[in-house]
Amino acid sequence: METAEKTLDEILTLAAAHFKVPREKLSPDEDFFKALGIDSLQTLDLLTKLENHFRVELPDYELQGVTDFRTLAAKIQARL
Amino acid sequence: MTQFKGRALSWELKDGVIELALHRDPCNEIGSLTLAELEKFVSALERMQNDAHALILYSTLKSGFCAGADLRELYQWIQQYGQAEVAKHAREYLERIHAVMNALDSSPLTTIAAVQGVTFGGGFELALTCDLIIADKLARFCFPELRLGLIPGYGGIPRLKRDLGNAVVRDLLLTGRSFNSTKAQQIGLVSQVVAEGDALLAARATAKQMAKFDRTTAAVAKRFIKPIPHEELRREIDIFCELISRPAVQAGLKKFVESTDTQPYLP
Repeated sequence: METAEKTLDEILTLAAAHFKVPREKLSPDEDFFKALGIDSLQTLDLLTKLENHFRVELPDYELQGVTDFRTLAAKIQARL
Repeated sequence: MTQFKGRALSWELKDGVIELALHRDPCNEIGSLTLAELEKFVSALERMQNDAHALILYSTLKSGFCAGADLRELYQWIQQYGQAEVAKHAREYLERIHAVMNALDSSPLTTIAAVQGVTFGGGFELALTCDLIIADKLARFCFPELRLGLIPGYGGIPRLKRDLGNAVVRDLLLTGRSFNSTKAQQIGLVSQVVAEGDALLAARATAKQMAKFDRTTAAVAKRFIKPIPHEELRREIDIFCELISRPAVQAGLKKFVESTDTQPYLP
């Protein structure tokens, strides 16, 4: 069982690697759209990456209004 | 014409394989331009198919295979024709796109959709005309039409129901959520999942294998196992045209077109 902090850390690492942003520039409470410089289509890539990595399904509607990494991590943690 | 380069798509017949490439920015939205070029392709397909055994559909855009119908154009129609007339124009348009989709669906060639990224709405419906879908790890499939007060109009519901059954259609249609390629493979929608960006390579390898089979037998086998659900396709057009005249649809399209939301695709 992954801890919430470990989940959050893995999300930050994965997002940084996929969108080629320095990991140290990302913080948990940051708006990931701004931090990663991504649009709605690229957000789907992030969702897919996370689903594949954590082997979970995240219905899109659960992410409506989610903009920061910490809340995203909580949504994933709830399905692990 | 064994090759063509258009504004929305291009095709080429080479070594028995026809490759149809979609390349209209931002994500191959299907509107009047794409439809006209697809019609041109279908005419050419009839002439090319005696020299081919397989057809591959793919996108050259990293953003995805196809984000679906051109909703901005649909919104312009409503503005241009008014709610009373829009159903008539929508029906004419849908008759044309259904003719294209049915021609692809019933082609005697073995057809493969090589998809990556966004495969939504009309793009998903286009992929569903193919015999096989090969998806990369970042592909996602979705019917987001209900958020606009519509149903998919390019034949997606009857085709998905034919291929997978009613429960999957209900899940995708009534929740508006998207499936990733792993899930899509689990339910039987996708035949192969490959690494990011490798769907076309895998499709070409699969098409090469198909060259080994007798064409007549392959075409007969396909016709036997893949009937076109004509009656339900007709009904789909009727329902779409009933729905599109409602003010709720205009409001939904207006909201989408004018949205500055970072997640406008979310239902």
